[in-house]
Amino acid sequence: MPRPTNPFASTSPSSTTPSLPVKNEKGSSRRQSTSKANKIVQFFSTSPKSKSLDGSLSATSALLAAAQQQALISPSPQISSASLSLPTISLSTATADNLAMDTPPTTLFQPPSPAEARRIAKQHAQFGPLGHQSHRYVSKCMDDDFPEPVMDEPPYYYLLTTYISYLILIIFGHVRDFFGKRFREENYRHLKARNGYAPLNSDFDNFYVRRLKMRINDCFSRPVTGVPGRYITLIDRQSDDHNLHFQLTGTTTETLNMSSYNYLGFAQSEGPCADAVEEAVRKYGMSTCSPRGDVGTSDLHVEVEELVARFVGKPSAMVFSMGFGTNATAFPALVGKGCLIISDELNHASIRFGARLSGAMIEMFKHNDMKDLERLLREVISQGQPRTHRPWRKILVVVEGLYSMEGTMCNLPGILALKKKYKFNLFVDEAHSIGALGPKGRGVCNYFGVDTAEVDILMGTLTKSFGANGGYIAGDKAVIDKLRVTNAGTIYAESPTPPVLMQISTALRIITGEVVPGQGEERLQRLAFNSRYLRLGLKRLGFIVYGHDDSPIIPLLLYNPAKMPAFSHEMLRRKISVVVVGYPATPLVSSRARFCVSAAHTKDDLDRLLVGCDEIGNVLQLKFSSGVAGGAEPLSEGVPMEKGKTPNNEGRNGANIPARPPRWAIHDVLNSGVQDVKSPLR
Amino acid sequence: MDIHDAHEYLLRFLNELSIHFQRVPGSAIFLRYVKASYQNDPVRSAVELFLLLFFVRYLLAPKYSTQKQNYVQLSDEVGSVKTTIREIDELVEDWTPEPLVSPQTAFEEAENEKHPVIVGSDNFGSPTGPKSKLNNGRTVMNLASYNFYNFLANEMIKEKAIQTLRTYGVGPCGPPGFYGTQDVHVKTEADIAAFLGAPACIVYAQAFSTISSVIPAFSKRGDIIVADRAVNYAIRKGIQISRSTVRWYEHNDMEDLERVLAKITKEQAKKPLTRRFIVAEGIFENVGDVVDLPKIIELKLRYKFRLILDETWSFGVLGRSGRGVTEQQNVDASEVDFLVGSLAGPLCAGGGFCAGSDEIVEHQRISASAYTYSAALPAMLATTASESLSLLQSNPDIITQLRENAKAMRAQLDPRSDWVICTSAAENPIMLLVLKPEIIASRELSTGEQDRLLQDIVDETLANGVLITRVKHMPPPLHATPKEIGWQLQPALKVCITTGLSRKEIEKAGITIRHAITKVMTRKR
Repeated sequence: MPRPTNPFASTSPSSTTPSLPVKNEKGSSRRQSTSKANKIVQFFSTSPKSKSLDGSLSATSALLAAAQQQALISPSPQISSASLSLPTISLSTATADNLAMDTPPTTLFQPPSPAEARRIAKQHAQFGPLGHQSHRYVSKCMDDDFPEPVMDEPPYYYLLTTYISYLILIIFGHVRDFFGKRFREENYRHLKARNGYAPLNSDFDNFYVRRLKMRINDCFSRPVTGVPGRYITLIDRQSDDHNLHFQLTGTTTETLNMSSYNYLGFAQSEGPCADAVEEAVRKYGMSTCSPRGDVGTSDLHVEVEELVARFVGKPSAMVFSMGFGTNATAFPALVGKGCLIISDELNHASIRFGARLSGAMIEMFKHNDMKDLERLLREVISQGQPRTHRPWRKILVVVEGLYSMEGTMCNLPGILALKKKYKFNLFVDEAHSIGALGPKGRGVCNYFGVDTAEVDILMGTLTKSFGANGGYIAGDKAVIDKLRVTNAGTIYAESPTPPVLMQISTALRIITGEVVPGQGEERLQRLAFNSRYLRLGLKRLGFIVYGHDDSPIIPLLLYNPAKMPAFSHEMLRRKISVVVVGYPATPLVSSRARFCVSAAHTKDDLDRLLVGCDEIGNVLQLKFSSGVAGGAEPLSEGVPMEKGKTPNNEGRNGANIPARPPRWAIHDVLNSGVQDVKSPLR
Repeated sequence: MDIHDAHEYLLRFLNELSIHFQRVPGSAIFLRYVKASYQNDPVRSAVELFLLLFFVRYLLAPKYSTQKQNYVQLSDEVGSVKTTIREIDELVEDWTPEPLVSPQTAFEEAENEKHPVIVGSDNFGSPTGPKSKLNNGRTVMNLASYNFYNFLANEMIKEKAIQTLRTYGVGPCGPPGFYGTQDVHVKTEADIAAFLGAPACIVYAQAFSTISSVIPAFSKRGDIIVADRAVNYAIRKGIQISRSTVRWYEHNDMEDLERVLAKITKEQAKKPLTRRFIVAEGIFENVGDVVDLPKIIELKLRYKFRLILDETWSFGVLGRSGRGVTEQQNVDASEVDFLVGSLAGPLCAGGGFCAGSDEIVEHQRISASAYTYSAALPAMLATTASESLSLLQSNPDIITQLRENAKAMRAQLDPRSDWVICTSAAENPIMLLVLKPEIIASRELSTGEQDRLLQDIVDETLANGVLITRVKHMPPPLHATPKEIGWQLQPALKVCITTGLSRKEIEKAGITIRHAITKVMTRKR
């Protein structure tokens, strides 16, 4: 490898070295970031160290260290490896716990040169070093049957206030419009017919955007610069006309990135991927300047298609330059008049776009509800096409592997059972799940241990887990060959560019272990650990979160619309960038903040986020879970939960146990999280 | 208890009942009414009683649907539940779906097999440059990719892209609304807007998806779109998604356009005002000719329509400095309401854009689906687009050179060949060659046969070391009736001129193509 340092310290001795520069890096990055820096300094150093210094724990640091050590070692199965890594642990925990103990390491440790320190800082801002070997987990479905996620609901008070809030917003909007239209006519001119032209936006359609979204517009489309890795650099902006226009202030803020779909942390400007991409640019140029159907196919395309096919476990695959476009063009090539598309009600806009273009009939079933799907299937098959009652030519059921706003996975085992009986074709959109789920990162099939041959079409995007751009469709060779000549995406759309393809190819090779063995596995396992760790922590703190335990998408429910900007601003003050979404992307009541966990995050980053959430949750009154969805106290007080003693079903469907609202103290969450993540979450 | 007691009990009960009844307010009136009406007209009382009973029965009757008369009862109203379930099970058992895709035709199979694959190589700077190496080991002259100015081989662009890579990585990992708007996108947007002289601009992640999203973002159900009959597939799909009313006018026929506009204006005079759009292309993808922009602008202003102009094939090509059809025909770019273009063609980057007023651009940021629901353009491609634009601006000579080359190629083909004519405009570096109408007529060639002939010509040309292609078109929508298919383009050869080749080489390639055409056409006879 041309670059000497590898962000992955897979062997235990080397893992000590990167842990020290982190501190330096944090210091320097703090100085770099310009605005509001001093206020928020403490949140940058949110790690076990600051917790113990806060003094809320009366136990001495040594005791804490011992307890942590025990907690860290216990889940690891082999005694030999644990004892091997023992010195590492004691060293790292000691440095973390005691600020004054600089002496022992400094004799051995040469501080890096400023240039080297900057380089490492940049590297770590893109991909955090693994804090400890125990911060890994394997993403795999442990139950035999599909774990239905429990949907918790807040007290009615919050639902009521949410509706009242929207009512107030709407009334205010109309009052402002009423006066605005009379006294500030020039602001409304574009909503009225002018010189015989109808307005581009109708007054009514525009109301929501004008009067509701505009108020919180500063939470959306924040401009960024640099790599969207572990940290993301926001370009600061301000508005003096109520978010109508923004002025850049000329400064930037480096924030913890909980918003990008960078699941496996491949958004990096250095390392094997970037090196390969640079080479590809020199060798192939920036583009192929032609659609795939003409002469836009290079050997790189062929190679990536083979890699993708092998990775997802299908005989053949094809790649496209845009994920949205993949869906938009795939459906017209698969189904047409006389065919039926049955789509999950929460499917992505691109699926709806493509389905509408295809000319097929479209029916929807309730999100992940197998009973509803079966009812619908029985109805449509027995009735045939509307009016003519001819049998359907084909029925294509379309689901997503992982839903981007809910964090839920599709009930693949359930759908496959129905597929056997009802003979429909199945299309799974793995936009978010590919790379992010399964012990080998190969998506929902991998996660549930299902043979990919049972799914007809596997579609996915290359934007998210692989840090590239574009999408793919994988299926049987005959299907893909036919699609190659009948799909608008290959005939007209530009082919994926060489740098993007090279990024995909290298990322795939890293995941499978062909390049830099061990790194891919570490990325996958860190993502799985981080996802579970953050989700468990949020549940224990008392938040309502949606989705499955292993999902890297974690929506935190806010309900009241005013809490969206409040949450976003408070997080930004703590230098964490989060995504907030409300109506119309979600149902009216369930506005939410969404965290996207990445393998690039370290446990310290997640702790920082948890501390932030804890504080904000108290201020904004966001802790209203009832406990049915998990986060309960351990079975017996004081004794950490042991594996085997908690049967699976007891923790999951806690209907028989009277649910107590979980409201853990933040330090308890941080202390026991690592260990508890590895047993079934409760 | 004997009969007397029972009688007693009954009387008491009746007495009680009448007392209770009298306590009900208004009961006296009711009694009086019944008594009076019974004495006057006992039949009327009977009818009223009957009506009352009918009313009660109607209220208690089960609901039934008036619209859906299912052939197989799904609910258990009629027949027992068991038979219904068995019936449905049988129907499910009987139903056999068609295979997911139909088998490939022989022509499609051949196309997949013969598909040229270009191999990356360090010798030529870039594989899709003027000379490309194929996977069968041969090096051919590439006259099939849109590398008009040979920006692919430009080292400056590559260096700039690598610099971007080292600062931004490859993908932006998110949609523009959620931390995917990078400063490079903002800069590219500003660069394009400044280049065109438009107030604002928005960059999409794929050129092909741009116009399909722009149209439905503005034109909704009930709005009116007037479009050229020959517009490309992406525009058609955009119109289809918008669910607007469409009227077509004959290709590039301004009189017909005026007729359609006048008719619509007359029809709509008494209806509420709706949005109205004219959709045309700068250079038509399917035909290759250029739009008459001043005339369209005049008509759109007269009839109060807005103009959506797809400059995918004319941006970076037409005009003195490549600003497109607006520059070529001396029209102010701000006269065009929506100016859609591609960064993936001559600019050798990726993505598309739509330029227009601030209002138009900002509206797309929240309602154009390909922008809102898709990841942003990779930073590398955005900076490449900016860099190519500035290169184009700084040496307009290459545009002249491109036209010279195009002229040289045309001289070899259009008047000289007995078999084909070129439908493209002189400035268009994509030369579309169609078989002469008299040949099609005399040989009675169907579209499929023409496609096959042209594919043979492409293969023959490739065998002689020149890579060209033919216009690929979408197969008709699955299971569509002929009426739904509508306008069909004529099969054509596609020859893309580049400045990467000298005039000599272009002429040589032109001769090769001409000979190949002659060979294939005479062989068939």
